[in-house]
Amino acid sequence: MTTTDGAWRPSARELERRAIRRRRARRDVLLATVALVVVLGGLALVLTSAPGWPRVKATFFNWHYIHGSFHEVTTGLVKNIAIFMICEPVILVLGAGVAIVRSTASPLMLPFRVLAVIYADVVRGIPTLLLVYLFGFGIPALNLQGLTTSTFWLGSAALVVSYTAYVSEVFRAGIESVHPSQVASADALGLSRWQSMLHVILPQATRRVAPPLLNDFISLQKDTALLSVITVFEAFFSAQDYENYKFNYSSLTLAAICFVVLTVPFTRFTDWLTRRARRRELAGVGP
Amino acid sequence: MTTAEPVNTALLQAAGLRKSYGEKVVLQDIDLTVHAHDVICLIGSSGSGKSTLLRCLNLLEDVDDGVITFEGREISDPLVDRREVRSRIGMVFQAYNLFPHLTVLANCTLAPRRVHGVPKAEAEQRARELLTQFGLADQVDKHPDRMSGGQQQRAALVRALCTQPTLLLLDEITAALDPELVGEVLTIVRDLAERGTTMILATHEMGFARDVATKVCFLDQGRILEDGPPAEIFSNPREDRTRQFLARVLPSSR
Repeated sequence: MTTTDGAWRPSARELERRAIRRRRARRDVLLATVALVVVLGGLALVLTSAPGWPRVKATFFNWHYIHGSFHEVTTGLVKNIAIFMICEPVILVLGAGVAIVRSTASPLMLPFRVLAVIYADVVRGIPTLLLVYLFGFGIPALNLQGLTTSTFWLGSAALVVSYTAYVSEVFRAGIESVHPSQVASADALGLSRWQSMLHVILPQATRRVAPPLLNDFISLQKDTALLSVITVFEAFFSAQDYENYKFNYSSLTLAAICFVVLTVPFTRFTDWLTRRARRRELAGVGP
Repeated sequence: MTTAEPVNTALLQAAGLRKSYGEKVVLQDIDLTVHAHDVICLIGSSGSGKSTLLRCLNLLEDVDDGVITFEGREISDPLVDRREVRSRIGMVFQAYNLFPHLTVLANCTLAPRRVHGVPKAEAEQRARELLTQFGLADQVDKHPDRMSGGQQQRAALVRALCTQPTLLLLDEITAALDPELVGEVLTIVRDLAERGTTMILATHEMGFARDVATKVCFLDQGRILEDGPPAEIFSNPREDRTRQFLARVLPSSR
């Protein structure tokens, strides 16, 4: 309703509607809260009323041991973070590279395409744990000159080899999902195959596969713990070491909490990135 | 320019609609009355609010003020069931918006079967009849991306008609088509108009508006600046802005 002075003031009906919306929003919040309390409370009740609960509490949730192992476990966690930070960028670049190789059409690239296919098929077939073992203990046994025998680096290499195979498949799916008309318009502008891949296809593909990529990286964050089998003193191995001396599992609980604390902010951050990109591209298309 | 008609005879009535995005007001003081068998053409330059108005009418956007009444009931009420309202209003978009993973037939039978509970055989028969009428008999089992723009837009029209809506909203449905294909789509809309379909359409096709519309509304900066029968708007516009707009878009009179 526009008043005589030209300024707009909401009409009575609009105010009434806003009140209804507010009331409904309040009701939704209330319902959500009740549902949350009932479900979570119920779960907690079931858990704590189990006959073995006191014993589980004493061996897994003992504050004394959580506190006691804090220094060892968090020192180990620094190694997990380091492994992850080193592996992730390498995996991203290699994964994209393998995917690009697989989507080339040039006859000269055929041998590389074949290798890429064999690599992805074979590596994805081998359990990551086994790869870590093979790299950590197998490569030093070769007694090759100039090759590191540090299990930290060998284990990281195993993770890179394993995850690159998965990530390359994610990238390939993204590349194939870009509509052919995009390739056509890049061709029409005179871009080379390589240029259109780099400037047109890959950026769109990456944005589209960001969620599954993130999924793989969360998985990688946790799989850094696999390096414990080749005696890298990361969080899980440190926790296990502590447990072996004290006969109490609370240090492992602490390690679990550490991994959760590590992954949750990462997920939220990527969610936010994806949402922002989407908002920017779809501005004005409607809700 | 609302004439004093009793509310309940109108199929759709909008009164004092307002819509803004943040500080930007895109619609204000919109009054519009639509009776059964009316063909209302919304004209005006891009950004004048035509599309937003259509989107408000079938509740794809919430209005910030004003009342929309459809079939005698206020649908701008937050407590109204939007899906039920939309199931009786058909809409066709500028970019067709057909579902690319479904065949034309499946596109056209999706809503009748899932929303209206029409049995598969019946829905398919009705869709086939309409598709045949619209010259798409041989496209029934194709996927949208394999058809021309004109064919896709005709299929989109059929999809909207398959649910037998009481009101059809057409949002610049020929804007993405080349001139040759514009004709084939407009012929169909003209046909629908002659058969008494109630429509509100945003359009840049002035010749079409002049021939088919029962009322033309000129939108400027989110207001209906002027409305009336096409003869009046096109040959004797009241407002300067309308005259300027028409001078720009109409082929110069010889």
